[in-house]
Amino acid sequence: MADDPDEVREESEERSEEPAAGADAERAPVSRWWTHRLPTRSGVLIGVLLALLGFALAVQLKDRDSDQGLAAARQEDLVRILDDLDSRKERLQHDISDLNSKKQQLNSGEQGRKAAVDDARQRADELGILAGTLPAEGPGLSIVFRSGRDAVAASVLLDAVEELRGAGAEAMQVAGSDGRTVRVVASTAFVDSGSGVSVGSARLSAPYTVSVIGDPATMQAALNIPGGVVDTVRQSGGSVSVREPSLVRVSATRATPSPRYARPVS
Amino acid sequence: MIALIALVVGVVAGLVLEPSVPAGLQAYLPIAVVAALDAVTGGVRAWLRKEFNDKQFVISFVSNVLVAALIVFLGDKLGVGAQLSTGVVVVLSMRIFANVAAIRQTVFKA
Repeated sequence: MADDPDEVREESEERSEEPAAGADAERAPVSRWWTHRLPTRSGVLIGVLLALLGFALAVQLKDRDSDQGLAAARQEDLVRILDDLDSRKERLQHDISDLNSKKQQLNSGEQGRKAAVDDARQRADELGILAGTLPAEGPGLSIVFRSGRDAVAASVLLDAVEELRGAGAEAMQVAGSDGRTVRVVASTAFVDSGSGVSVGSARLSAPYTVSVIGDPATMQAALNIPGGVVDTVRQSGGSVSVREPSLVRVSATRATPSPRYARPVS
Repeated sequence: MIALIALVVGVVAGLVLEPSVPAGLQAYLPIAVVAALDAVTGGVRAWLRKEFNDKQFVISFVSNVLVAALIVFLGDKLGVGAQLSTGVVVVLSMRIFANVAAIRQTVFKA
């Protein structure tokens, strides 16, 4: 702040004019401000004071500008500002927890929805396999019925299917000699037709290959019980060969039957 | 006129040098500036009425600043610094208003 000597000099000129006013008449004679005089002491002083004022003004304005006045604030003001900020923070934290719980709600809602969708999808898969609308694969047996003296009758095939179902078969298909396959479901009918058997809507001829998914050991035991399917076929001169591939594919499907009359009871 | 030049030179020096206000002075500088403004408007008023007295001006300027700073200092010590500096600013600005009103009457005759 001590940078004013030069200003002071100029200032002095002005000084000379001001006293001109003269209520305190003992002072200088009337003069205009542009008449150059030697600086008087009080003129220098006034110049210094005003320069100081300008300097302080500028510094203060600049300071306020730069630090937002926080550094210059009083303790009480700071405490008040702190209080304000505290309550604002509290409000915002409240908002945060609100929004968080909302988010959690939405998340859990979505999770629930997803779980329901997964559940429904799994159910649809199970029902699809049961109804024969979806191909399936898994462990199981591949059984070939060959005719002997007599052709393999529809009843033999039906017995075999029933036996396998009783042993826990989950999906089945029957293939004829020409490679046509028919998925065996609850409503599939086995009817003798000429030398072959019509299974469902398809006419198949021997040998018949039954692919079945289920527990292999149980099903094998069920087929081989005395007086069971294998015995019956052998007695009529035919042969049954049972293989256990590592993976049985039941690839035949049937169209989704849509009930015309039945409606679900909700 | 020279006073005006000195004021401008001070402002320019403040802007160019950009000194930071020392922490101890931060509470007093604004009050001192307002007090000095009061003295300056009083001086202009006296000058326009042709009753300007350098000695009176210098003394009023310095004493204004000192008294204002003293009051604020005392207030800070008593724990009512904020209120007292508000009071000082109110009083000083009333005086500035009165001075400006007098200047206006002298200059515009209204």
